[in-house]
Amino acid sequence: MTVQTGIQPLSFGRRAKDQAVRALVYLAFAIAIVPLVSVLWLVVKNGLKRFDLEFLTHSMRNIGARDAGGGAYHAIIGTLEQVLLASLIAVPIGLLTAVYLVEYGNGRRLSRFISFFVDIMTGVPSIVAGLFVLAFWILVLGMPFSGFAGALSLSILMMPVVVRSTEEMLRLVPNELREASYALGVPKWRTIVKVVLPTAFTGIVTGVMLAVARVAGETAPLLLTVFFTDSINEDPFNGPQMGLPLYVFGQSSLPQDIAIDRAWTGALTLILIVMLLNLVARLISWWRSPAKRG
Amino acid sequence: MATSLPKTEGGPAVSRSAFRRSRGDGPFRFLSVGSGVILLAIMAAIAVFLVVKAIPALQANTSHFLTELTWNPNATKPVFGIGALAFGTVVSSFLALIISTPVAVGVALFISHYAPRRLASILGYVVDLLAAVPSVVYGLWGVTFLVPFMLGPSKFLNDYLAWIPLFGGDSVVGKSMLTASLVLAIMILPIIAAISREVFLQAPKLQEEAALALGATRWEMIRMAVLPFGRPGVITAALLGLGRAMGETIAVALIFPATFTISFRILSPNGNSIAANIANGFGEATPIGRGALIASGLVLFVITLVVNTAARLIIARRKEYARAAA
Repeated sequence: MTVQTGIQPLSFGRRAKDQAVRALVYLAFAIAIVPLVSVLWLVVKNGLKRFDLEFLTHSMRNIGARDAGGGAYHAIIGTLEQVLLASLIAVPIGLLTAVYLVEYGNGRRLSRFISFFVDIMTGVPSIVAGLFVLAFWILVLGMPFSGFAGALSLSILMMPVVVRSTEEMLRLVPNELREASYALGVPKWRTIVKVVLPTAFTGIVTGVMLAVARVAGETAPLLLTVFFTDSINEDPFNGPQMGLPLYVFGQSSLPQDIAIDRAWTGALTLILIVMLLNLVARLISWWRSPAKRG
Repeated sequence: MATSLPKTEGGPAVSRSAFRRSRGDGPFRFLSVGSGVILLAIMAAIAVFLVVKAIPALQANTSHFLTELTWNPNATKPVFGIGALAFGTVVSSFLALIISTPVAVGVALFISHYAPRRLASILGYVVDLLAAVPSVVYGLWGVTFLVPFMLGPSKFLNDYLAWIPLFGGDSVVGKSMLTASLVLAIMILPIIAAISREVFLQAPKLQEEAALALGATRWEMIRMAVLPFGRPGVITAALLGLGRAMGETIAVALIFPATFTISFRILSPNGNSIAANIANGFGEATPIGRGALIASGLVLFVITLVVNTAARLIIARRKEYARAAA
């Protein structure tokens, strides 16, 4: 009797198809990496030309269209203030909304409703957020263009991101911790403030940093709310300010090569700020991750 | 007895809620509910105030807003319509989606099923970096590098494939619908790839192993066990990417030639979008002009709302995707 093993070599067609798909999948990844490398390479290469002390410490005041020099100090100041103000508005609201969804919502109709609209809010185009602040704050209430108006529009873009990331972190907090606290007679709100939030703290901080990094690069809403200025304006509540993304946009729509150079350096500065925030966020989450502790 | 205790059934629930109230839970609960309601109020306010500020401009319009192609709201007799802008927005976004989705699905499969486990998370992070680059930087890159670079390939397409209407036309430029769509495609790729990756990772492991045990090749396993499971997730991801592409402003504002025509010739100097027009036209807009831009923003808001709602409804129907939706 001869025993036949059931295992036969793979037919040519099946193997060829498998290898072809493998090649396509690797190719897709390579294609996705090409623009990233190209963008980063050009930003670094062209941005370093003007990345000097003058750029970081001077504004564009009295710099004519054909003049070299000038800098983005006014824009950097503006961006930092606007993003800080936006965070001060968006983080408490986002945090408390997430607390409601996780701790109080319990599948109630209102909580499902809010949860759905948080998702929808994530998809609101940034320019629409800018238009809203323009229509509401500047046209209806008659407020001036200012850094604060820009911060309002940025906060609208930040809120849903903060809610989602915080919500995810709160859901990771083990229920036993809450129950232990209740068993000791601690009221629910003190349990949330003293037990749940501290446990999720690093995760929440990471989420907030990522949200900040996301809005720091937004240009469109600022265009409609902060307007333009070439001078330093350190007061975010009065008069037009500048923002780093706006600066890049403004300089890159000018025809002169020196302006394009400034735009690249502005882009480099902006990417450095965003990457720094991203890195800090990753470090915080890595430093306190349960996997590392366990 | 029980009649004296309002709105609750059974004794313990009442005493517990009374206990909570006595310990200051009320204010905190009020704050957190209030924050949620503020979010809802903002969404409502966006719609209301855009409508309110759009109405005067729409009344001053001497043409039909939905069908008119030209955009001249700053004239003494304002003539403007959303026609050409909406066309450009939809066509460029769909083109971006067509370019981006296959690559993004490939990237997602690479990270979820092909790359070595140790490398996968790092490579995933590298793709996520694409999303961390601010859109104005893509715009600068697009206008200084991609626009001149695309001239060659565009001429090639026009020379050899002009019989396809998309690639026809006499004048070929770098600042075209095709270049703008390409930049949009790059910008939405990380979004589609990230969601698809999460969904593919959640494909049932047992079915994958069963397919492999029966002698399936890796591709056959993916086709049988991963793709059917992931299809709704990929559709959702594509819709979310589409919504993002439609609202993208600055990158395309620098690239679009800002014409007000309707043409499928994606290599010729035409193309514009609602968002790009707002960014380019806001500086010199009169009060009526601002109203007109707000009206166009309202249209954009409604379109993206519809697209995003569709995406969320697809994902909400499937409980197993719960984590990928975030």
